[in-house]
Amino acid sequence: MFENVISIKDFKREDIEFILREAEKMEPFASGEKSSSALRGKILGMMFYEPSTRTRLSFETAMKRLGGDVVGFADTGATSAVKGESLADTAMMLSAYSDAIVIRHNLEGAARYISDVVDVPVINAGDGAGQHPTQTLLDLYTMKRFFGRIGSLRVALVGDLKYGRTVHSLAYALAVFGASMSFVSPPVLRMPDNIIHDLRRAGVEVKETERLDDVIDEVDVLYVTRIQKERFPDPEEYSRIRGAYHIDGSTVADRDLIVMHPLPRIDEISPEVDSLPQAMYFRQAFYGVPVRMALLRLLISERRGSENQKIV
Amino acid sequence: MDMKKPFELRVKPIKNGTVIDHITANRSLNVLNILGLPDGRSKVTVAMNMDSSQLGSKDIVKIENRELKPSEVDQIALIAPRATINIVRDYKIVEKAKVRLMDEVRGILRCPNPNCITNSDEGVENRFYVISEEPVLLRCYYCERLIEADEIESQF
Repeated sequence: MFENVISIKDFKREDIEFILREAEKMEPFASGEKSSSALRGKILGMMFYEPSTRTRLSFETAMKRLGGDVVGFADTGATSAVKGESLADTAMMLSAYSDAIVIRHNLEGAARYISDVVDVPVINAGDGAGQHPTQTLLDLYTMKRFFGRIGSLRVALVGDLKYGRTVHSLAYALAVFGASMSFVSPPVLRMPDNIIHDLRRAGVEVKETERLDDVIDEVDVLYVTRIQKERFPDPEEYSRIRGAYHIDGSTVADRDLIVMHPLPRIDEISPEVDSLPQAMYFRQAFYGVPVRMALLRLLISERRGSENQKIV
Repeated sequence: MDMKKPFELRVKPIKNGTVIDHITANRSLNVLNILGLPDGRSKVTVAMNMDSSQLGSKDIVKIENRELKPSEVDQIALIAPRATINIVRDYKIVEKAKVRLMDEVRGILRCPNPNCITNSDEGVENRFYVISEEPVLLRCYYCERLIEADEIESQF
């Protein structure tokens, strides 16, 4: 069905639906309730040129829950990259040691480039401000799992829509499903024009606003992202904006919606929200495991003729 | 004394070679740039801002003794989408074609995204998908950024 996971744009709606169904089958294995050796003897190569907690750990967990193992690096300081080894050479080397590669890189297009260079499947775990397709798949999975559908949902993307790659990928995917979207951000962190342009070309109407109050009564999902201090030269401006998009108990109380967040959260969502039924972000982080298990199994065992084709 | 007939210097026919007509006015130098001209050998005539019934005004480029293949010239559609290619043999047009952008444009443009892998020192060749021909809209194969006509023109 697919050989790599580089950009959510490479996936048709049916492909995404298929992956989400496969992910649901993985849940008992992801939670440790059942065990699997579907990828026994297989090795996942990890190339992380940028910091990551959830994405890297959930890939490792996913691979190990399927009976496989991981090699690679989470910090280029200890690799030959510091000696000036090219990305292509590092990837070629790692592809010789592993059955699939996961890459996170600061440059946009790095994963696509690597997928053309090596002959094992490549998964993009985030490229600069570009794509982060596995995050998008787990975001969609979270919505599907909670509401039973994605198509008719009303989703507000809130916070840093300019630099946040998770919201770029997610907006494309939601468009494919026909969900309605509103973009809530300060003017300096608006969704990039070329993404809005793409969405409009795809026939999706999007609403843009600076005020959370404009949309909060008409959404099913509040997808909150972190506003990074370093985007603002003026600290006063930063604290004003941070306050305007802050979610606390009173923001969501008695509202029929869920709050999602790709994490890490700094202070855009109060800890008091964590115990409310609307808080979905930790569940969402867990869903990264079954979704990535589904992808790894589809990419590795079905492509490379594993002896352990069966999931149990 | 006989009245001398004034010289007709403009649009002089060529015997053999290629005439690129209907180039968007004032873009002919960019067209030469794309074709890798002047190359130190080819005889090239450039006419700028000529009257055109179709375009109002247009540029024309003539290259003598060289027949350009459509694949060599198609990329000029990036900046002159209405251009036509005429192959001339013995003063006669033996072949006429409109330039057409291929599905992909490689090598001649830079991705405007400074954080794109093609702008790093990895040595990755540029590659763009053609989303639409007129107005020209491309998408970087690597970073997926859209590139519009004005960004393309600013590179020539």
